[in-house]
Amino acid sequence: MTMNAQLRWRKFVSNFMLTMTGVCALISVSVLFFILGYLVYHGGAAINWDFFTKLPAPVGENGGGMANAIVGSAKLLLLAACFGVPIGFFGAIYLAEFSSSKIAFVVRYAADLLNGVPSIVIGIFAYSLAVQPFKHFSTYAGGFALGVMMIPITLRSTEEFLLGVPRSLREGAMALGASKWKTIGTVIVPAAYRGILTAILLAFARVAGETAPLLFTALGNRFWSEGWNEPTASLPVMIYNYALSPFEDWHRQAWAAGLVLLALILIINIVARAILSRGISVPRA
Amino acid sequence: MHASVRQAVSVNITPPATTGASRETAAPAEMRMTISKVNFWYGPKQTLFDINLGIATSKVTALIGPSGCGKSTLLRTLDRMHETVRNARLEGEILLDGKNILAQDVTQLRRRVGMVFQRPNPFPKSIFENVAYGLRINGSKLPMPEAVEKSLRHAALWDEVKDHLHKSAYELSGGQQQRLCIARALAVEPEVLLLDEPCSALDPISTAKIEELLVQLKDLCTIVTVTHNMQQAARISDFTAFLLNGQIIEFSPTPQLFTKPTDARTEAYITGRFG
Repeated sequence: MTMNAQLRWRKFVSNFMLTMTGVCALISVSVLFFILGYLVYHGGAAINWDFFTKLPAPVGENGGGMANAIVGSAKLLLLAACFGVPIGFFGAIYLAEFSSSKIAFVVRYAADLLNGVPSIVIGIFAYSLAVQPFKHFSTYAGGFALGVMMIPITLRSTEEFLLGVPRSLREGAMALGASKWKTIGTVIVPAAYRGILTAILLAFARVAGETAPLLFTALGNRFWSEGWNEPTASLPVMIYNYALSPFEDWHRQAWAAGLVLLALILIINIVARAILSRGISVPRA
Repeated sequence: MHASVRQAVSVNITPPATTGASRETAAPAEMRMTISKVNFWYGPKQTLFDINLGIATSKVTALIGPSGCGKSTLLRTLDRMHETVRNARLEGEILLDGKNILAQDVTQLRRRVGMVFQRPNPFPKSIFENVAYGLRINGSKLPMPEAVEKSLRHAALWDEVKDHLHKSAYELSGGQQQRLCIARALAVEPEVLLLDEPCSALDPISTAKIEELLVQLKDLCTIVTVTHNMQQAARISDFTAFLLNGQIIEFSPTPQLFTKPTDARTEAYITGRFG
């Protein structure tokens, strides 16, 4: 009798927990699809050829596009990558291959803290370093701000992947007369490169959507930005400005820009996955 | 405890091939490598005590002993792989062809003294690129396909892989991977090949193939192998050194060591009373 009651209670708890976890998993997935659906619903109509090729229309006029913002985002990301990726990558090589464990601990900790610094603070930092001294906003400053954000992400994940290369591979290369640098260049980095590349792409995706650091560095621009030393438009800042505007048409375009940005990040993710599944990987021991 | 063991083996062991002659004069002539008065520490812990050993040219020398006796450590000093470990310290002299290896450029040394590890460790590259690796990093001018084929033939792997040289090395079986690692080591034509329990991760058939291979390779280079498998040492080696607690207890021609051991501890070990 008591046995039966106990058994029923256990079954109830088991079923309840199973349902709970299932529902939570479902919610996690559906949030993404909900956002995606919402973006398509609101922004899909505003996506047309003009959106990708035309400049924003003058205030009060309908139509126009975000060509300058798309190009601007691309330029900012390029600058960010040129600045953040090499520093993160080579810093990670130093950490994983050369530094003492004490230094590595300190650098790792600092990188984690930097990663946790709110992006608006990074923006202020870049403002005081790359805007104030030159007395104007610029693409450089925006790229610098995003680059700073890429450093800790690239550094930490690259280090992780380098440390993941089995010690036996290092020994194998060194036993053949490879110097430390040759071992790193010909065995360790190639063994880890897919992980590293994925990490860099994810860092890319992470900063591609950042708005706060760009607000007072790259600022924004309703026209083409000539060269790299002028303020430039970017997709996130465009979304921010358009969404706050009183115009119906701008709202639609903000949704559309969000959709484009999300699609971009999705593509980066898919490419990263594709890279991960190709080539020769080191099997786990 | 170490001190008492040390006391018991105060006899200096002369390399067996040069019995009678003094080590100094005989060493360059017949010995590929000569290890004298080697002491070794990991941090504060001493793991090798006053090692003297001669590695005879074109012979197989086996190092046997229970786990933790220092046989792998001793092997790794021969191509200075111990330097990859922090806090490792070596005292003494190791000669290769009469020259102290500790005074040489380490990358040059490792081209002349190759090493095969306990677990197969092919690089995440194709079979071909694995074998070519040593030649490439050394800037070899040899025609690559021929050199790779030669090494794979020496490692008795050519017939099994010749049709898929550009497949991943990880698609090979464990035994094939280990022979690939041997081919990789042979490609740079080392004078000495060190093997650290090369069969311990392999099945009996793969083990037999590698044993057979090692005996054939004697003509090509001098071989030093560590094994915890006494039958294996007996089958393939010309000389055997028995290590215990970081000391060489006995070093003699293999048949002699296994049939007429002079030290009671050697006898106890080879008859399976400990280890």
